[in-house]
Amino acid sequence: MQSAVIVFPGSNCDRDMAVALETVSGQKPHMVWHGDTELPAGLDVITIPGGFSYGDYLRSGAMASRSNIIKPVIEAAQRGVKILGVCNGFQILTETGLLPGALMRNSNMHFICKDAGLKVINTDNIFTSRYAADTSVSIPVAHHDGNYFADHDTLDILEKEGRVVFRYHSDINGSARNIAGITNEAGNVLGMMPHPERAIDNKHGGTDGLALFESLLH
Amino acid sequence: MKVRIFVTLKDGVLDPQGKAIHHALESLDFSGVNDVRVGKLIELEVDSSVSREEIDKMCDKLLANTVIETYEIELPETALETHS
Repeated sequence: MQSAVIVFPGSNCDRDMAVALETVSGQKPHMVWHGDTELPAGLDVITIPGGFSYGDYLRSGAMASRSNIIKPVIEAAQRGVKILGVCNGFQILTETGLLPGALMRNSNMHFICKDAGLKVINTDNIFTSRYAADTSVSIPVAHHDGNYFADHDTLDILEKEGRVVFRYHSDINGSARNIAGITNEAGNVLGMMPHPERAIDNKHGGTDGLALFESLLH
Repeated sequence: MKVRIFVTLKDGVLDPQGKAIHHALESLDFSGVNDVRVGKLIELEVDSSVSREEIDKMCDKLLANTVIETYEIELPETALETHS
């Protein structure tokens, strides 16, 4: 299982993501710099980590989504390579258009950093197949711009097609329909605001993120 | 020439920042403000050869996220005359 972590100036969860990938797959991921124009050959999984790429200039994820490496990432997504974007990675995926909608400033304007209760809404996909159906998990969130927005028609389509994968138990950031994570239409791209890579070891305070990496990497 | 681009949230998109500012104005005892929306002003210094179409493209590809934002382009009057 070949995986990669895309690293932007301002990424700060790239090493946590690498540890999670290596812990679960037993193989070190490729760390790929944003300025590169091609990806290593034969990747099965590409992850876009959290952080503040380019200082969140213009909009969160806006600059990163126009960087060199994104073109081959989009092409890989279209070929069916599995792509996981967490937090800033989710913001970047919406800015590229690989996922619909946008992440806006939290409705209470505050940076939120805490464990969030989530419901795994859909386990019939490559990202959450190892979770029990309708299970509740606790995974940390740490974001200022996690308020998911999409128009009503898009939200209806996401729900109808089972593409809402995670939902917050309660409204923590203003997200439409408490959405915490969604997939693309083909089901090979997941964006989520909570950080599963920060919940893979008991020393983290919990291991509820582990099943996501096990689903993704096995 | 200097081009000014106003990026604002679309109608119907909630603006928590505008709301917070609205509350702050009320707490300063300013009355009669019915709504506050916050946007961005981006100033570009561009060659006069740059066309309106190219500036539109800049907005669509990067400067605005048209999922949630709209933009207005303000060209200097001389440029407007050239383009009209």
